[in-house]
Amino acid sequence: MIDRPVVPATARKVPARKVRGNGLATVVFLLPMLVAFGVFSWFPIGRALVMSVQQTNLVTPATFVGVDNYVYVLHDPDLWTAIRNTGYFAGLALVFGYPIPLLLAVLMSEVRRWRGVYTALAYLPVVVPPVVAVLLWKFFYDGGPTGVFNTVLGWIGLGPYPWLNSSSLAMPSLVLEATWAAAGGTVIIYLAALTAVPPELYDAAEVDGASIRQKVWHVTLPQLRGVLLVTMILQLIGTAQVFLEPYLFTGGGPSKATLTLLLLVYDYAFGSSLSGDFGAATALSVMLAVVLALLSALYYRLTRSWSQS
Amino acid sequence: MTDQPDRGIISSNERRKPWIRKTLTLTEVGLLGSLVVIGLGPLLWLAKAATTPTRDTLREPMALWPNGFDIANLATAWNHEHLDRYFLNTLAVAGGSWASQLLVATTAGYALSVLRPRYGKLITGLVLGTMLVPAVVLLVPLYLTALDVPGLHISLINSWWAVWLPAAASPFNVILVKRFFDNLPREVFEAAMVDGAGPFRLFWSIVLPMSRPILGVVSVFAVVAAWKDFLWPLLVLPDPGKQPLSVRLPILAETIQLDVLLAALFISTLIPVVLFLVFQGFFLRGAGLSGAVKG
Repeated sequence: MIDRPVVPATARKVPARKVRGNGLATVVFLLPMLVAFGVFSWFPIGRALVMSVQQTNLVTPATFVGVDNYVYVLHDPDLWTAIRNTGYFAGLALVFGYPIPLLLAVLMSEVRRWRGVYTALAYLPVVVPPVVAVLLWKFFYDGGPTGVFNTVLGWIGLGPYPWLNSSSLAMPSLVLEATWAAAGGTVIIYLAALTAVPPELYDAAEVDGASIRQKVWHVTLPQLRGVLLVTMILQLIGTAQVFLEPYLFTGGGPSKATLTLLLLVYDYAFGSSLSGDFGAATALSVMLAVVLALLSALYYRLTRSWSQS
Repeated sequence: MTDQPDRGIISSNERRKPWIRKTLTLTEVGLLGSLVVIGLGPLLWLAKAATTPTRDTLREPMALWPNGFDIANLATAWNHEHLDRYFLNTLAVAGGSWASQLLVATTAGYALSVLRPRYGKLITGLVLGTMLVPAVVLLVPLYLTALDVPGLHISLINSWWAVWLPAAASPFNVILVKRFFDNLPREVFEAAMVDGAGPFRLFWSIVLPMSRPILGVVSVFAVVAAWKDFLWPLLVLPDPGKQPLSVRLPILAETIQLDVLLAALFISTLIPVVLFLVFQGFFLRGAGLSGAVKG
């Protein structure tokens, strides 16, 4: 996908002199990265593990409390609400956000005229700053009869719906906006994968008398299997950490119907103005991280095995 | 990604059949129509609402300027609500994050790919390992680190450094750049060394100029991520005078007139959209890359 530079004609054959890092220069080049990762990645990761077994609030010195934080979090009834809600969000996001980009990409890949216009239109929502998108949709979701969506649905005799104010509609509303905001990126990934399907496979299918529908089913979709798996894992990792939508749309309400895991982490640590319960917050993040790390490990395994094949 | 394949699912023979041609044309029209409504529709509505008085937008949200324009909204948002200030803050946040990410990614990529010290594999492994750690686990400890930087005992809160520095620790950038450098022809480096170039000269005059495509992709990633980021700047920049648009807009939404807010949202959207239309290639190439980190 990235253009490989062509070897300049001036590259002379010379007795190979090994380019190898010799001490000082290498260290100088590594320094920015070592500082950035050391202070802002490796150190905080270690600190998270330590803090999850400590009682810390920045006011009193940290004390070792063993697995108390984990026990506390696991006994918090909000945790199970948050797990259910996050699972619901992830599930709905798969239902909305998985088939639609695939359908769009397959249709777009057959467009011959002004393909760029289609791509740009599909990608446009991804470019809108997420905060702007949420605030705009929050206005669209106005529950009154003159709300934007209620007006449009009123034309065909539906509604008005309470959207964000209803505990049953709030989560689907969030997912709908999130899908709108993210689908374009997935479409681009699928389009790239579709152009990589070897045309000979279609030629061969035609020789065997396959119809268009059969070609889609027996050639296109099997060829996309790998990339479909990867986008699913990426989407699960992303939706498990959803924060912006519940935070800005509903603040976790109504009656905790949109309280997600990351919102709970935020509430533990920064929710009360007095002193945050950093121990509980990190304990919960570590537990979530372990689950997500398994998913990411699977993702890197998959992408790596393809690029080698 | 830009190169069209010779053929797609439908063969040119099939394209010549009348009923297939008709179905295809119908599909294209339907597809274009839906994409315009879904992709462009909300933005067009925002453009309209940004220039409509509040009362009209509330009463008839889908009507086109029932009682005339109100262009003054845009000026009010920009000047009176200090959108200019938050816009500059956003530029500062994005610019600094871009610079720090590019510095770290190129120097680290160069050291690990070209200079290849003996302990390089270990460092690469440590960088790869952080890719497995999701952002959520870092939220609280990273905040405490910004509050009291280890070794220096200074607080980065309310300073843009609190956004710039953590952004630099992006394993994705380092690996992306390293893999690109791995594919550069080593004979060129060796020839340059024979001609007397030192490691710094080699980096600056040979490797970087050969790496424009990847630097473009990393740059777009960096700027877009910084522009979109909300939670982290919300935590580390409590001072409104330092906050970027993303942090400031939700607070404005609670306090200002609806028409001015919609004008503010419109202005905040316009800039990234224009940037996207100009640099489409880089955006889409980057989006495709996130699907497959190439080896």
